[in-house]
Amino acid sequence: MMKHENLYKYIIGIADNSLILGQRMGELCGHGPSLETDIACTNISLDLFGQVRSYYQYAAKIAGDNRTEDDIAMLRKEREYVNVLLVEQPNTDFAYIMTRHFLFDMYHYMFLQELQKSQDLTLSAIATKSIKEVSYHLRFSTDWIKRLGDGTEESHSKMQNAIDDLWTYTDELFHLTDADKAMVKAGVGVDVTKLKDTYYTKVSEILQEATLEVPESKYFQKGGKQGIHTEHMGYLLAELQYMQRAYPNMEW
Amino acid sequence: MSEEQIKNLEEQFEARIVRDDKIEPKDWMPEKYRQTHIRQISQHAHSEIVGMLPEGNWITRAPSLRRKVALLAKVQDEGGHGLYLYSAAETLGISRDEMFEQLHSGKAKYSSIFNYPALTWADMGAIGWLVDGAAIINQVALCGTSYGPYARAMVRICKEESFHQRQGYEIMLKLSEGTQEQKDMAQDALNRFWWPSLMMFGPKDDESPHTAQSMKWKLKRKTNDDLRQQFVDQTVPQAELIGLTIPDPDLKWNEDKKGYDFGPIDWDEFWQVVKGHGPCNKERMKARVNAWEEGAWVRDAAMAYAEKQQERKEKQAV
Repeated sequence: MMKHENLYKYIIGIADNSLILGQRMGELCGHGPSLETDIACTNISLDLFGQVRSYYQYAAKIAGDNRTEDDIAMLRKEREYVNVLLVEQPNTDFAYIMTRHFLFDMYHYMFLQELQKSQDLTLSAIATKSIKEVSYHLRFSTDWIKRLGDGTEESHSKMQNAIDDLWTYTDELFHLTDADKAMVKAGVGVDVTKLKDTYYTKVSEILQEATLEVPESKYFQKGGKQGIHTEHMGYLLAELQYMQRAYPNMEW
Repeated sequence: MSEEQIKNLEEQFEARIVRDDKIEPKDWMPEKYRQTHIRQISQHAHSEIVGMLPEGNWITRAPSLRRKVALLAKVQDEGGHGLYLYSAAETLGISRDEMFEQLHSGKAKYSSIFNYPALTWADMGAIGWLVDGAAIINQVALCGTSYGPYARAMVRICKEESFHQRQGYEIMLKLSEGTQEQKDMAQDALNRFWWPSLMMFGPKDDESPHTAQSMKWKLKRKTNDDLRQQFVDQTVPQAELIGLTIPDPDLKWNEDKKGYDFGPIDWDEFWQVVKGHGPCNKERMKARVNAWEEGAWVRDAAMAYAEKQQERKEKQAV
């Protein structure tokens, strides 16, 4: 067992979300509805991967066994990725893309606000740097939720579909793993359960402003944080890991 | 305006170009100057946008996080170049939607090089090194072109492109220092991209109908063949430095001209690709058209929302 196993797991838990969402956003490059959105989505992907690198480099240092950021990013088995199910959902259409982003951004922003207060100075520094980027992501996705929700009839109905479908993945954002609990206790981690009510209040406000209905369903999916993913995940990893698997132990 | 007056304006216009004055959007210009610039600048913008596709194709598969981040940044730059080139063309009285329409209908062209597939990671290196390298040679000459907005866009673009070229070369360098498999991958990419890169400078001078007029307007400062020679002379030593072989048995240093002689270019292939029958012409266009058509409801929604906001504002003001 690693000396700082809980801290290691905690960092991976944060970073995997950005990794998988960054990968999804990277798929869009050159295929967006306008040049401006194309550039923005590429930029968001770039921000997320930048954050991922900071987290994994730190995790690699803690592991202290010569593993690299790329080993962590690309050479784990599917069951070892602990991102929430929300971020791995596919780019069904621009409504799904923006809804997924918005539902994650709101959480991400609130989470980083708290992580800035972490007693772990590296994590708090990464949070302080990342929150500037994430506040832009949140603004971008919020604007699109409003535009599409309160745009045309067609965009409204697509948005409502996306919200209804993706809502089921929101609750998992606020679950605590054993490593999370240990890190909360140590003053390093964020107690995400405390963010939940504010999150739903803020999300609901935006949805209402966008003339969208807040889903009432109380049935939620979970499993990502334990490494049990949706069927989409394997394909995403196949691309993410392709080079490292096909050409092992090489430098690029 | 009388013929006499127009002739006067034309003379003044040509004199300004000779003096190296920049022509600005509101200045009088001959219709042919306007049309030629719309054609060239929009073609350039389209090349940036279509060029995002072969590289975008590798973002999800980049071999390391560092490479992924660099590739994302590069593709994002290209989108940005497209954006300010479209804006430069718009100053000549054409809308971005019209330019897209011309691209999608096949009326407007883009650089043929992007009709070749990006098959391996080494292609990301070859594209940066060779394609961006060739583009810079074309573009540096354009920093002094007569149309102000285009010249200024070029200055900015050239800075970023030369960064991309170094990045591409560095990918090739790393591969050439790697395992045999990596070296083979790099050589294979060079083999596939070398000749199409030479074709990027366009037809031979005696088959290039627009050269004379373009030279006069400083849309071209050197001929296609001169620029191509410059590219070969610059690139051959770079290939040697990293142990790669240029796929041309006729390549030979010519002491008299202080440059390399090189073998014949397959112009049949060049024209085949230009005319829409290259390996990826159809896929590239399909990707652009799909993005445009599937994005229509998003753009419509944004427009409808903006109108509603405006109405609300006006109501509040009353």
